Amino acid sequence: MSEKTLERPTTDEDALAKEIEAEEKAAARQASLLRDGWADLRKRPMFIVTALVILCLLALAIAPSLFTARSPFSGGFCQLQDSMNGPSSGHLFGFDVQGCDIYTRTVYGTRNSIVVGVVTTIATTLIGGLVGMLAGLIGGWTDALLSRITEVFAGLPLIVGGLLIMSIWGGGDVWSVSLIMAILGWPQVFRIMRGEVIANKYNDYVTAARALGADSWRIAFRHILPNTLAPVIVITTMNLGVYIGAEAALSYLGIGIQYPNISWGVMISDAQDRFLTSPHALLFPAGALSLTVLAFIMLGDVVRDAFDPKMR
Amino acid sequence: MGRYVVRRLLQVIPVAIGVTFIIFCLVFALPGDPIQALAGDKRADPNIAAILRDHYHLNEPLYQQYWHYISGVFTGDLGETYNGRAISDIVSERFPVTLKLGLTAFAIEGVIGILAGIMSALKRGKFLDNVVLVATLVLISVPVFVLGAVLQLEFGVSLKITPVAGIEKGWPQSYILPAVVLASTSMAYIARLVRTSMAESIRADYVRTAVAKGLPRRRVIGVHALRNSMIPVVTFLGFDLGALMGGAIITERVFNMPGIGGQLAQSVYLRERPVVVGLVTLLVLIYLVANLLVDLLYAVLDPRIRYE
Repeated sequence: MSEKTLERPTTDEDALAKEIEAEEKAAARQASLLRDGWADLRKRPMFIVTALVILCLLALAIAPSLFTARSPFSGGFCQLQDSMNGPSSGHLFGFDVQGCDIYTRTVYGTRNSIVVGVVTTIATTLIGGLVGMLAGLIGGWTDALLSRITEVFAGLPLIVGGLLIMSIWGGGDVWSVSLIMAILGWPQVFRIMRGEVIANKYNDYVTAARALGADSWRIAFRHILPNTLAPVIVITTMNLGVYIGAEAALSYLGIGIQYPNISWGVMISDAQDRFLTSPHALLFPAGALSLTVLAFIMLGDVVRDAFDPKMR
Repeated sequence: MGRYVVRRLLQVIPVAIGVTFIIFCLVFALPGDPIQALAGDKRADPNIAAILRDHYHLNEPLYQQYWHYISGVFTGDLGETYNGRAISDIVSERFPVTLKLGLTAFAIEGVIGILAGIMSALKRGKFLDNVVLVATLVLISVPVFVLGAVLQLEFGVSLKITPVAGIEKGWPQSYILPAVVLASTSMAYIARLVRTSMAESIRADYVRTAVAKGLPRRRVIGVHALRNSMIPVVTFLGFDLGALMGGAIITERVFNMPGIGGQLAQSVYLRERPVVVGLVTLLVLIYLVANLLVDLLYAVLDPRIRYE
């Protein structure tokens, strides 16, 4: 303190102002948990590897035609005479029971898997996050009511609930599958969000903000929300892979994505009857599915390590 | 504690009613006329159809149907199928299979998961720890139905150690492989949970105190550290007991086992509303009871938690 006052006359005023500004910026950067996590994340080799794998998957999902010369939607794509033929040159993954090229179908199936995972994750985060924040902030009767409603939805296991709802709605495309998984999946985000909000609500910084005259909206979105985000981001990233796997499971049971949409789950289900004689028809889409789920689960792992050291 | 138990029990009732009502509404919305479906392609005899509709309360409003149903459930009557067979009859025939499968899987995931987690936490950063980490990652990412098919081929067809499918050999031969498959994902999650919380407990002061007192290592790890590490694991196990029953739908299909899951999937396709409602209600009630038990177990495991 005294040193600074002594130094002051010798320092150029502009330079001092800049220095203070830089210090404030650095302080603001340090204050943000998210930025901290992101800085930590970028340094992890595991993150770089999984990010590369996921980028490849995204490329496959966005432009499948770049990776294969054939299109599963063109006429003459499936030739019955090729039925169940094993891998050969030009057809690396072999053929399925209809004589369709498995490599092309696997490549084109990437998009549905990733879209279902991403859409479901976003939807559960939005619904669960908003309702959870409301319950946590308002408390009292609203909280009790919302919590009971959540428990009702959480009482339906994903596969059981999915089986019920899909059999009624029919559906069969990416959007209906995502919607159903979001309806059954949001309670998890709700619980975390509500818990975090309640844990933060009585902190000194909230009282300080209120004392400074901030209104409830500002306190909720500018003060409490940023402090609750880390665990929510962690759980949503971890769920991406889980939802991709769940879509395949629903499709496997014949109630998820359906023909003419391509799903790895359906390909696996179709191949299972002949698995003992020609395992290639099952193993290639299963490998693609496992690799995708693995990449997203590992992403969830590194994100958790970076953002939420307590959960490690 | 007594008051907490009562309050927690009272909280379960509205949730159970809510879930069963949602299920009931969803199933009621299933397309198709069940009485016409009984007659097949022919037109149903209007007189008989009217009697049947009356018998199954199909002419009454939804809330009355629900009332008939829920009052039946509380007296242990799950209703009957449109063929006149009692649903409790189907349950008593099919449920033992699912129960045996689920409990075997539960035991496998509990024992192997916890042991793997403890070993991994004790050898943190060593070879064994990395083996557990990689193995759990693989188990989590390989879908259950793929793992099922691969194990079926390996152990059932190639090595001929276990039956390929079905339950003719009875417990345990026919159940071991499906139970391992059903348990696989949860086992991996449990191992990771135990590893995380064990690693935390081992560093805690009370563990250092226990070591300083000169207690044998087995007691320090097995009693002092493990007890506090079990809280998140018990939560997961309770949640999972219900989820296992749902997961059995897939496993039962892979291994062609005549359990609740297979029956449920079949009844959904056949539009047998009463069966679907009855079975899903049963699964949901199991799930709710399991969660309730977890909440009550907390008190035993963690004396710090006080209930007013």
